[in-house]
Amino acid sequence: MSRRWIILKRNLLNFWHAFRRNRMGLFGAFLVFSALFVAFFAPFLSPYQPNETIRDANGRGLTFAPPSVHPPLGTDDAGRDIWSQLVYGARISLAVGFLAGFIAMFIGSTLGILAGYFGSWIDNLLMRTTDILLVIPDLPLMLILVATLRRLELHISPIVILVLVIGLLYWTTTARLIRSQVLSLKERQFVARSRAIGAGYFHIIRKHIVPQILPLVVANTVLIISVAILIESGLAFLGLGDPTRPSWGTMLNFAFDRNAISNGAWWVYLPPGLAIVWVSLGCVLLGNVLEEMLNPRLTSHHLEGEALMVARRPIEPSTQEKP
Amino acid sequence: MDRRDFLLRKIVFALVTLAIVVTLNFFLFRVLPGDPIRAVIGRNIRISTETQAALRAQFGLDKPIFPDQFIDTLGQWARGNLGISWSLRQPVSDVLISKLGNTFLLLTLGQIFSIILGTALGLLAGWKRKTSVDVGALTFSLVAWAMPTFWLGIILLAAGSAWFGLPTGGIVSPENVGKPLYQVLPDLARHLVLPTLTLTILYLGEYMLIMRSSVLEVLSEDYILTAKAKGLSDWQVLRQHALKNAMLPLVTLIAINLGFTVSGAIYVETVFSYDGLGKLFQTALVKQDFPLLQGAFLLLAVTVIIANMIADILYLYLDPRVKTS
Amino acid sequence: MQTPAGMPSPVSRLVGLAEPQQTPLLSVRHLSTDFVSLDKTKKGGEVAHALEDVSFDVYPHQTLGLVGESGCGKTTTLMSVMRLLPAAGRIIAGEVLLDGVDLLGLSEREMRRYRWKELAMIFQGAMNALNPVIPVGDQIREPILLHELMDRQDADRRVDELLDLVGIAKSRKNLYPHQYSGGMRQRAMIAMALACQPRLLFADEPTTALDVMIQAQVLDLLKHIQAELGLAIVLVTHDLGVIAEVCDSVVVMYGGVVAEYGPIDAVYNAPRHPYTQLLLEAFPDLNRPAETLASIPGTPPRLNDLPPGCRFGPRCPQCSEHCSQKKPELVEVTGTAIRQPSFLQHHWAACHLLAGVAGPAALKVSD
Repeated sequence: MSRRWIILKRNLLNFWHAFRRNRMGLFGAFLVFSALFVAFFAPFLSPYQPNETIRDANGRGLTFAPPSVHPPLGTDDAGRDIWSQLVYGARISLAVGFLAGFIAMFIGSTLGILAGYFGSWIDNLLMRTTDILLVIPDLPLMLILVATLRRLELHISPIVILVLVIGLLYWTTTARLIRSQVLSLKERQFVARSRAIGAGYFHIIRKHIVPQILPLVVANTVLIISVAILIESGLAFLGLGDPTRPSWGTMLNFAFDRNAISNGAWWVYLPPGLAIVWVSLGCVLLGNVLEEMLNPRLTSHHLEGEALMVARRPIEPSTQEKP
Repeated sequence: MDRRDFLLRKIVFALVTLAIVVTLNFFLFRVLPGDPIRAVIGRNIRISTETQAALRAQFGLDKPIFPDQFIDTLGQWARGNLGISWSLRQPVSDVLISKLGNTFLLLTLGQIFSIILGTALGLLAGWKRKTSVDVGALTFSLVAWAMPTFWLGIILLAAGSAWFGLPTGGIVSPENVGKPLYQVLPDLARHLVLPTLTLTILYLGEYMLIMRSSVLEVLSEDYILTAKAKGLSDWQVLRQHALKNAMLPLVTLIAINLGFTVSGAIYVETVFSYDGLGKLFQTALVKQDFPLLQGAFLLLAVTVIIANMIADILYLYLDPRVKTS
Repeated sequence: MQTPAGMPSPVSRLVGLAEPQQTPLLSVRHLSTDFVSLDKTKKGGEVAHALEDVSFDVYPHQTLGLVGESGCGKTTTLMSVMRLLPAAGRIIAGEVLLDGVDLLGLSEREMRRYRWKELAMIFQGAMNALNPVIPVGDQIREPILLHELMDRQDADRRVDELLDLVGIAKSRKNLYPHQYSGGMRQRAMIAMALACQPRLLFADEPTTALDVMIQAQVLDLLKHIQAELGLAIVLVTHDLGVIAEVCDSVVVMYGGVVAEYGPIDAVYNAPRHPYTQLLLEAFPDLNRPAETLASIPGTPPRLNDLPPGCRFGPRCPQCSEHCSQKKPELVEVTGTAIRQPSFLQHHWAACHLLAGVAGPAALKVSD
């Protein structure tokens, strides 16, 4: 048991050293973790409550105040501090993104493992289902589902509805990826050996397959999370979020519906969008780097490297080595 | 498996998907609380119980949901009767058809530009890998991908109207509403600039990335080395050997993208108040006009499924290797 | 013709012989190629010394074999001569003389004119070397039109001639590569290589991916076209039997250097390099079926972690301390010169034993 632990630690250390060299990966990690930090420490970082109206000296609401020393990002149409909304909005956006991402990852991995390992009709079924899901246009489908769920008066928070709908529709790419990995792993030696000694399928999956696909799952999940955050922002923009707990998308919905654009109040619609780009870019960079490290494509193609091919150094007069 | 089998499989697949979409559409509608009668006559009209019963019988709503109502509804849909919009008091199909052309115009323009630019950029980026062109293109695509569609639209809208005097919304200026489009082309063109630009930027990144990775893969193939050994210059190799092979996946991508293009349309049309199917969908959503939602979804889904099938069949004829599965 | 230090040209040895000797078609001298590491995550830059000081000559109408284990640099040599190395490749020294012109000194544009017209190549694995979406006939025709040798009609006729030459029915001209069998594809590649009437043909493992029957066909075809067209052929393979069947001379490579080079009879009957000796011993002999198969213990050297002396040292049963310190040079093996049809070729090997440096009392270096 401890030997496996040592190997794991060494692998992680190697990975870390390689990762450290990759600037894009580090940048991505910085973006993601800074956002998580802000979300986590929201109450400490925001001077106001997100729905609190700031009033000026005469007690009137300070609407559409441009950024200045205080408040640093200005206010919206109801005099609320943008920065505070941004910081609290991070919680919602990130929560939905991560939760939906995990659900999609979980469903996708499980189905992918099952389809890849057991093959035959399970595999067929999975492939056909993903094919079908991919063909149906995603946003209209989601909108209909969300609209229906909300209308059913099930007393679920709109946020939960979003998480469910996104998670239940975005597992397809993960499933396919995991499936093809499992397919190739299945043919490998250690599986045959395990079966020869009579190991059951669950044991094989747990002990051999899962550890091998775990890195890929992690890389893929990060990418799915970025997609989930983007989608959530879109759905919230269309008004399907929870107005009492605004995410960044909801902030943009307010900005659009309440004339921030026509009022030239760029500080109302710019920050939330930038925040979304910040996080999703970070996730994409991180995920791409992780994937690249697992599937490195280091070989060049045939039309590269012409310029440096002939690089003859001047020949020294004597090529003999002195004894 | 030869071509005919392949063809058959694709058609069957399309039909199965259609069936699922239709079934989903039907049952979602039925799952909603409230009386289906309301869907037919609207929500705010008061009717007596006798009239209700009569209507119920007339529309077959007293029959069991499955299979009778199901088959009935399918028949209705096949005939183009998609119900009546609650909010607009018009037949859904009429509304849909009137907006279809606008969306088609916008999407086609956006796709054409993004495909041309994306392909060219992707080719360049893959060929000159790791140079500044490649890095720049990759960065652009990455950032474009990480941006929410609608937010890009908002920014372009704000910048475009403030700095370039471009219109802030609509498909034509208010004074031109109702006139046939070919009469007001300059006005139409001005209104199309920003939404088209938004869509182009959005999809440009994706096409570029796909083309680039396709080019990278193709350029690593042995026959490229053969071509080079024959004495072809880099550009000749690209044009005569790499391009055809690299563009094949693009066809599939365009097909897959149809679904996502529709999503893009919804956001872009909303932001720019562009009077197309996308905006219609969003309005229906806000007003909870379910017949309209259902009808629009059906139309969009069917269009995408058929377009996909056509693209698959097209691929079949483009790639001489597709004979076996 | 140049006479680089350390490798006397055959001409100088033949003072006094009555007949004139042929000049080589292609002269490779001291070719050295490195592969640099493209992987930025590895510390520093790792360099693999793929070729070091490779020299040989190819004479007109001659078939030269280039033989050795996988990874010994055979293909890299061909790629260096044609200047088709991958992005990581760097030719760091040497000359490649074709008719007195140093190919390595040309610009890329000038080099392109030589490709296929003077030097053509057949690649390993013809399936992947042909473009799957272009009909075979068009691919054969392409270099003819490219090098502007004929107009389109004449080119088409030439394609028919070539297909005839390799035994492919003209009716199959417009089919795609995947519609050809493996052997046919290889023959199509040969036809394609001959399109511009090159004087030198490089054949990189032309028989490796094929079954034995087809192998025989392809080899026969090569011999046939050489006889008919008078080409010089450089045949790269790891199969000693193929070399014995087809080649006039042979270069034995090991770990990126030339171990032995000379006429085929000389090398096969009187190998002077320990590696060649072991290689020939390891080759199964139908006349002695009862013997167990010999093999050479150990593995080829890692090209980025080479021993300072002879590259074969670690595996050589006769390695001495001197061997592991100092690189051996290619020296002539006295007494085994053989008259080829039109030229005299000498026998060379790169081993300290030949120079008599390692005496009987030299220390053995254990691995």
